[in-house]
Amino acid sequence: METLKELRDDIAAGKTTSVAAVEAFFARIDQFEPTVGAYLSLCKERALEQAATVDAKIATGEAVGELAGVPVAVKDNMCTTFDATTCGSKILENFHAPYNAHVIEKLNAADAVIIGKCNMDEFAMGSSTENSGLKQTTNPWDASCVPGGSSGGSVAAVAAGLCAASLGSDTGGSIRQPASFCGVVGLKPTYGRISRYGLVAYGSSLDQIGPLTHNVTDAALMLNIIAGHDERDSTSVPEDVAPLKDYLAELEIPFEELKIATVPQLNEGADALVQKAVSEALAVYKSLGAEIVEIEMPHFDYAISAYYVIATAEASSNLARYDGVHYGHRTADPKDYIDVYSKSRDEAFGAEVKRRIMLGTYALSSGYYDAYYLKALKVRNLIRSDFTKAFEQADCLMLPVSPTTAFKIGEKTDDPLQMYLADVYTIAVNLAGVPGISIPAGFDENNLPIGLQIISEAFSEDKLLRIARMHEKETNWHTQKPNL
Amino acid sequence: MADLDYKVIVGLEIHVHLATKTKIFCGCELAYGDTANTHVCPVCLGMPGSLPVMNKTALEYSILTGLALNCEIAKFTKWDRKSYYYPDLPKNYQISQYDLPFSEHGYIEIPLESGETKKIRILRAHLEEDAGKNTHTLGNFSAIDLNRAGTPLLEIVTEPDMNSAEEVGALARELQRIVRYLGVSEGDMQKGHMRFEPNINLHITKNGEVFKTPISEVKNLNSFRAVERSVAYEVRRQLAAFEETGVTMQMGNKATYGWDDDKQMTVLQREKEEAHDYRYFPDPDLVPVDIDDAWLGEIKGRLCELPIQMQVRFAKEYGLSDYDAGVLTADRATAEFFDGTVKLGADAKRVCNLLTQTGLKLANEKGVSVDQLRISMENLAKLAKMADGGDVSASAATTIFEEMAENGGDPAQIAEAKNLVQKSDAGEIEALVDAVLAENAKAVEDAKNNPKKGKKAMGFLMGQVMQKSKGQANPKIVSQLLNQKLNV
Repeated sequence: METLKELRDDIAAGKTTSVAAVEAFFARIDQFEPTVGAYLSLCKERALEQAATVDAKIATGEAVGELAGVPVAVKDNMCTTFDATTCGSKILENFHAPYNAHVIEKLNAADAVIIGKCNMDEFAMGSSTENSGLKQTTNPWDASCVPGGSSGGSVAAVAAGLCAASLGSDTGGSIRQPASFCGVVGLKPTYGRISRYGLVAYGSSLDQIGPLTHNVTDAALMLNIIAGHDERDSTSVPEDVAPLKDYLAELEIPFEELKIATVPQLNEGADALVQKAVSEALAVYKSLGAEIVEIEMPHFDYAISAYYVIATAEASSNLARYDGVHYGHRTADPKDYIDVYSKSRDEAFGAEVKRRIMLGTYALSSGYYDAYYLKALKVRNLIRSDFTKAFEQADCLMLPVSPTTAFKIGEKTDDPLQMYLADVYTIAVNLAGVPGISIPAGFDENNLPIGLQIISEAFSEDKLLRIARMHEKETNWHTQKPNL
Repeated sequence: MADLDYKVIVGLEIHVHLATKTKIFCGCELAYGDTANTHVCPVCLGMPGSLPVMNKTALEYSILTGLALNCEIAKFTKWDRKSYYYPDLPKNYQISQYDLPFSEHGYIEIPLESGETKKIRILRAHLEEDAGKNTHTLGNFSAIDLNRAGTPLLEIVTEPDMNSAEEVGALARELQRIVRYLGVSEGDMQKGHMRFEPNINLHITKNGEVFKTPISEVKNLNSFRAVERSVAYEVRRQLAAFEETGVTMQMGNKATYGWDDDKQMTVLQREKEEAHDYRYFPDPDLVPVDIDDAWLGEIKGRLCELPIQMQVRFAKEYGLSDYDAGVLTADRATAEFFDGTVKLGADAKRVCNLLTQTGLKLANEKGVSVDQLRISMENLAKLAKMADGGDVSASAATTIFEEMAENGGDPAQIAEAKNLVQKSDAGEIEALVDAVLAENAKAVEDAKNNPKKGKKAMGFLMGQVMQKSKGQANPKIVSQLLNQKLNV
């Protein structure tokens, strides 16, 4: 299976064409999509037209973008003027956005060919993609297992070879956890590195778009395309504050005198084989001369609690606009306008979305605000300072991505709390706003992938990718593909 | 009722539309009265994935107003979401300011009937986005126009320092004058640029004890008259209600009223104050704002002399009546044009008369401000001096003013060209007077000896002299000479 960069180079060099690449992916989609269920919408005709345009440009030697002709996919919470933007929700099932998200503009400018939009947990709320109101996505390694979530469709599409790379979004682990479950590379950049304009909000202070790719090189290439300031997103960081890098430029240069922090106490919470995979990865780095520093993250345990207050508070407000009045699902026969609100929302939101809206509404209610929301913000600050201290002692932090490998479909759907705990290693990273990456690091006894999580300080994606690449060069986990 | 001793207590909440080019969080143009939903974009429609970006000018206009209201300007301010469901609010939350408004603790000075001024304290002023408009003319459906959604809205809250309907009206008008002076709002009531919500109650003294009546809030008033009349009506209604029921202010018995302009009365909307829970929290889509000294200093530089200060100064320094000072300071252009002209050495009263009696009328007809007529302050000062020195008559001055307003030009040259220069040469005028006296023996006789017809005869003779001089004789000198010669 060709990587994003290889395919890009082949198309640019005329070894193959964009049309051929699009057709090849659609041939695989025809074959495997019925089992994998990665996509909510596919736009073959549009993709082929775009591909033909790019091919014509390349043939005549016209200048083309950096991803010219390469078929990619995006999570269905990024607004596109083609196809619906559903967020995996019945409430937006027929919603067609009048504008493109910033990242879509970036992909278009790079001449990438978007072939479809991927399934997800409804409004990115979930860790298994089982909360999609529209479709079930399976794990390409084992169709009885979940792909992880919430970017389950984006991840499964890459893992199953149904696109060259994709974009997901990560609010509490929604890129890294499914990447780990499906054996691909998933990068959550620093909060503010990529514009959220046109990303349908779940938890606005936590949401961040990032790439899902076959390897670290592809992640760097994708980041090159989508990173940068956008004045339409007030929280996107100006480039004079956090200069952009060419993330491919120094990727192959190993990070010298690497110091890695680990938190043994935290690792103990993971399955034995996950712990083993992390140890083996650390051993690889040690063999490359890295120094391992054991540290503590005293407030890490509170991350899940703080997250489920902050994220749900923001979500309860962000999702208020889906009311059946202006767009989206509207109940058939309302008595009055209150009925339009309550029935439309009741009919079209799934159970998990309702649960989080209620949690968040409660946390923001007068009389509870201080005890919940304000306290959660304080915890968030303490977690930030845990990370700051960690990065004073080491260049990066390495942790499991998830305590387990992919679980069975339906295994945790009746126990939301168990499901929430699947994000124990990833959530703190979003609260701190720092970048984190999941890279393939092994398999469990059932041949299900295990990921390694590497975390570094804000806006150090260049370093993070270099460190990840060091491991990738020494191992072949990332080259193993599911047997569909 | 008559024997009750009472005090009226009123506080005011005012919403002012700021006159920025674009909306507060997106690039849509502000437009009034245009086709519904033509000035909208994903941001002000609250589309999924859209994000607000603060309009810096809106905050600067707000800060400028805060400064004019003598408020403390916060060094750090932020945006909060206020949650409530209503169809004219696309996101079902309003971006507003909750616990850290950009300004607090100021005062506004308002003119009183007596010519004195009174300070009304300002509790706070904050900036927020306006909602759209619902209309209910489609039978089973309501229509929503979101052109207005996202208009920058400055909310100003006063302390309950007003004690009469007139004071409330004075504050409303004074605030309109201030925002217009500052150029931060057109303050056009017809377009809904300013909306008022008075909170009214009475402190009634009966048998040595003070009773406080329940507070009424009158919503959404958009004319000065409605503000004054609704307050006056509420005073009467509350007095009568107290006499009838004796009900006094308690927790939760604040009621909300609307104003029925046809019936000229307030109409109960909600009996009890609802315990709204707006679930305020900081908007994570917007970054907090640091207002540093350099920025604040730059904004301070845009302040002007306030209308009330000018009005008081004009009355005091220039000896104008309160009425004239009020007329001249109704808008900044007139006030500054007047002030500038007087500072060139012209007589204030003379300039005042020329501007208020002729200038404002002409400007109004042409739909411009007085400074946009074709008259420079220098030429107006010159004209005023000519009139004062007797070089031209008062009526000639008006004619010259009109000519200058139309075609520009120097007043002396116009006077010359139009033969409006007044003759003050006593010898020349005396010859005319003598001639008229010789030709009108009957009138001379009446003027001298007929007490019934004397005044009329005198007027006749005066008119004859003026006619002979083709209107150019200085009437003062003519009158002096006539009196002298007829010995009256």
